[in-house]
Amino acid sequence: MSSSRLSCKRTKRGCPTSPLFGQVLAPASSRRCDLTARELPRNAKTCRTIVGRVPREAQRNKKPDIRLDIRLQDFQARLKTYTRHRITIRSLTALLLLLTALSGSQAQDNADSVLTSDLETSLAPAALPPAPVTELKAFDSKNDHGHSVTLNWRLSPDDGAGKNIVFAYEVYRWVPFFMDSLKSVREKLSQTESAIAELEVFEPPAKHLLNMHREGKPGKGFADSVKFYEDTLAASKRLLPEYRQQVDRLRDERDEGIDRIPSAHTSYPSEGEWRKVGTVVAGESRFENVGVKDKESADYLADNTPYYYRVDAVTVNPAVRSQSDVVGPVRSSGQWFNTGRVPVFVAVMVFGFLTVYFITRAKRGIDLYVRPLAGIDAVDDAIGRATEMGKPILYVLGLGTAADIATIASFTILGRVARRVAEYQTQLIVPCYDPIVMTVAQETVKAGFSDAGRPEAYNEDIVYFVTQSQFAYVAAVNGVMLRQLPATNVYMGRFYAESLILAETGALAGSIQIAGTDEIAQIPFFIVACDFTLIGEELYAASAYLGREPLLLGSLKAQDYAKAAVIALATAGIVAANLDWTWFTTLFRVSR
Amino acid sequence: MRRQIPLALVMIFGIFMIFQYFVPHESSEWVYEFLLDWIYIIGIFALALGIWSLIRVSVEKIHSRKSGWGYPIITLAGLFLMILFGFIGRRDGVWGLYFMTAEGLSNPMFRHFFDYILIPIQSTMFALLAFFIASAAYRAFRARNILASLLLIAALIVMLRFNPYMGPIGPYVADTASWLLNVPNLAAKRAIIIGIGLGIVATALKVILGIERGYMGKG
Amino acid sequence: MNIFERMMSLDRRWVFLFVALVCVATYIVPFEIPVRVDDEVRSIFEFIDTLRPGQIVFVAIDYDPNALAELHPMTYAIMEHCFRKNLKVIVTALSQNGPGMAEQAIRDIADSVRLDREYGGVKYTGREIVRGEDYTFLGYKPYYALVILGMGQDFRIPFPTDYYGVTLDSIPMMRGVHNYAQVAVVVDLSAGNITDAWIAYGQGRFGFPLALGLTGVMGADYYPYLNSGQVFGIMAGLYGAAQYEQLADNPGRAKDGMRVQVYAHLVIILFIIMGNVGYFMSRRKRAGAAR
Repeated sequence: MSSSRLSCKRTKRGCPTSPLFGQVLAPASSRRCDLTARELPRNAKTCRTIVGRVPREAQRNKKPDIRLDIRLQDFQARLKTYTRHRITIRSLTALLLLLTALSGSQAQDNADSVLTSDLETSLAPAALPPAPVTELKAFDSKNDHGHSVTLNWRLSPDDGAGKNIVFAYEVYRWVPFFMDSLKSVREKLSQTESAIAELEVFEPPAKHLLNMHREGKPGKGFADSVKFYEDTLAASKRLLPEYRQQVDRLRDERDEGIDRIPSAHTSYPSEGEWRKVGTVVAGESRFENVGVKDKESADYLADNTPYYYRVDAVTVNPAVRSQSDVVGPVRSSGQWFNTGRVPVFVAVMVFGFLTVYFITRAKRGIDLYVRPLAGIDAVDDAIGRATEMGKPILYVLGLGTAADIATIASFTILGRVARRVAEYQTQLIVPCYDPIVMTVAQETVKAGFSDAGRPEAYNEDIVYFVTQSQFAYVAAVNGVMLRQLPATNVYMGRFYAESLILAETGALAGSIQIAGTDEIAQIPFFIVACDFTLIGEELYAASAYLGREPLLLGSLKAQDYAKAAVIALATAGIVAANLDWTWFTTLFRVSR
Repeated sequence: MRRQIPLALVMIFGIFMIFQYFVPHESSEWVYEFLLDWIYIIGIFALALGIWSLIRVSVEKIHSRKSGWGYPIITLAGLFLMILFGFIGRRDGVWGLYFMTAEGLSNPMFRHFFDYILIPIQSTMFALLAFFIASAAYRAFRARNILASLLLIAALIVMLRFNPYMGPIGPYVADTASWLLNVPNLAAKRAIIIGIGLGIVATALKVILGIERGYMGKG
Repeated sequence: MNIFERMMSLDRRWVFLFVALVCVATYIVPFEIPVRVDDEVRSIFEFIDTLRPGQIVFVAIDYDPNALAELHPMTYAIMEHCFRKNLKVIVTALSQNGPGMAEQAIRDIADSVRLDREYGGVKYTGREIVRGEDYTFLGYKPYYALVILGMGQDFRIPFPTDYYGVTLDSIPMMRGVHNYAQVAVVVDLSAGNITDAWIAYGQGRFGFPLALGLTGVMGADYYPYLNSGQVFGIMAGLYGAAQYEQLADNPGRAKDGMRVQVYAHLVIILFIIMGNVGYFMSRRKRAGAAR
């Protein structure tokens, strides 16, 4: 046995990764091996521990089915329990018989024979097929884009019980032979496309090398392969147009074939055969035959096509199995509304309504109170301080993209800062991490200067791009802090591990620091190192707070009501969970 | 007009994206994927703008001999050298320009710049955190009042959870630290997350409805 | 300024100096820090350890050099474990500087796997790691969420070729390997938001077993996913990596780093205590003076 195969521990009941776990006798001389279900046939001759027939299915199936493997782990766990129970019963029987044996040796013989026969029976190949699954139903998978059919069934009565214990369920779909020809077209197409790609990759360097050779500059070991390059280039020149034509033809053929898939399935039950589409371990009564929507893929499952399915209950011996009734035709299709997301839809609608309602109320002139935000109030003072000191203001928009709400909120504050800076004629520095953010920030600052009536004071160097590498950006910003010693540093937006490095360097440079972020992990760092910090949603509220526009204040009020609703529902959820009111918690369940 | 068109685009696509979440149909996915492709395209154009901005600002600094004008030279050298090395490679003993192939990426200078300059510099920057955390913790963790004392005790417990010299109380400290992280810490975080979530939805709605225009350069 | 006031307002450079001295000293002096293995790390090790030779492990190296100290040891420990077990590895790097890190890791691990070694009493003969047969490095593509979604359909959508420009169809180990369905487990080693995308767009949509390797500061944020079953294992920070190294009986960078981390924490605690002693004593003194 090679060293690479010395991997998993074997127990007395055999290899735990084998479906025959518990049905295998004492270990062979080696205490360790990685014998698995699919490797059984190949190792069967060398491994003396296997009793019973080696599954023929496993012999055929050389490709590992990883999904099955993961499910197998569940199955093994159940088998372990089953085996443990069986052993307990056997031990009790043995104990009873041993007690009886005290009265005579005949009883001991009986105990041995009972134990042996029990063991043999349990390990003997199954002869009778298990009971089939019943009530098989197939339907279009709900709330998806189509290309998927779901099956469910009632478990076989022999699932986890009886001598012919059902090991797994194999799901079969009726597939017309036409699909094979389509598959071969796809394969040919893929091969031809690969060949074209390889020739195209080969051509330029080969031409380059030949030119070098002709110019009398042969590369290392090149002279021997001149003929090879010349021949391949000649072949490539001849073959490429031919291959390209072939690709066009094959694509047409494939597209036509794809269009014919639904009609090909109407020939059921002739001109086709049953093919396995999946396996689930015993105990599971649901299977989703999921295809992909990409027509070019081999896993494409056409919509609006009549499919037929059946489910086989299989035992450890794959020859011993039973088939269910056939179910079909069933057609898959995409849905126009995901009913699993109704709770989200309701929440969005309610929140949208609240926002619009409060905005309308605010428009009517009803005063809405917003508590003071020290961080925002400090901005004006900090700009004044910078003006007095004759030092610049550094504004950092963070590492977020222009699509992040924190960055959008930061633009609003930047606009306000730019306006004040222009009024006080102070210097502003805005180094950016993201190029799109830089573009938007330039517009924001430009607009701020215009609003202050000093458009001429704006110059393109105020806002500039540094890099999209996190710590290179930090190094650049720290450099600015230590060289130019800004009076005020403003950090608003999304920040990650760089938050403390920036804030501590700023503190070292003696700047007043104001921060705001919705990155929870970074809030403590800012609180520790900065003078003022906007926590989470305070950053979003900043624009409303700064502008005091009723339209913006209205949405803040809606947020407060929504928060109250969340608190009420969370409390109700705690009560419901403790009282086992599952109907209540189910109301809020959201599917993918 | 310059303002109306972007606002209209934001509203149309914003509303589409809201409803797209509830429509799993293939055609809705197609539009969604089409829009996502645009993010790549816009990002690439913006990157070009960004690099241009960096070059312009650096050249300006070098040209005007502003203080620290030597640093932009290093910036520009790093920028262009890495690009150049990434495209120069050797195949069959012949040096040449190779785009997106193994030859360019295995250029020894490209690798050496990465392994011996970029990695150490970035690691060093990150390592600074250890020093800054130490100094920030020293300054901030003072038992000024009950809440600050609680914070201090919690911080000490969490820091000591990996400490192997805690003797028999080690497991208790580790369990307490896990409890602190998973219960009070998580509860507070969730509360902030809910607030942030609602704030995000409200701000997104404001952007879609054209109320919030900060992203367009207007506060 | 009396001694207590000095203790309270020590110049930060002293703090830096002490931290630096302790870090250097503990790194130089070799001694071992005992590591207690948590269940969330053990589950990752055991999952990989019970895979069959030939099964595929997907390792996403989603961090930049800045997180190297914490996450690189995880990459080394996991990938060496995989190669020693004859598992195949698909590697991606969805952060900008990830490809260089991944290449460096693969080179170093290949060197290590060439040697005959013994782990946990089992002897492993050295072997050559072959690109395209033992591993495939897909490289970097921007917009990680889209890449993760694309790979769910087919690895060829975001990565028609590997990092070295070889078409995936012509790579031996990628034949018949199309998407996550053919992958036994995805291990995401990340220092940022890419982890969220792996959970939401990857595991959430395609349902593969997902394990996470995170920086220490991120760890606490992702434990809820462990409880909900979306993630079956988490390695957080250097301590997580050291636990994996211990399980794999392959002590390396993480175990070395643990010495530094433990003693650096002790120094920080010492400074905090010192600051508080100074604070209380000077407050008492002030109160006394006021009376």
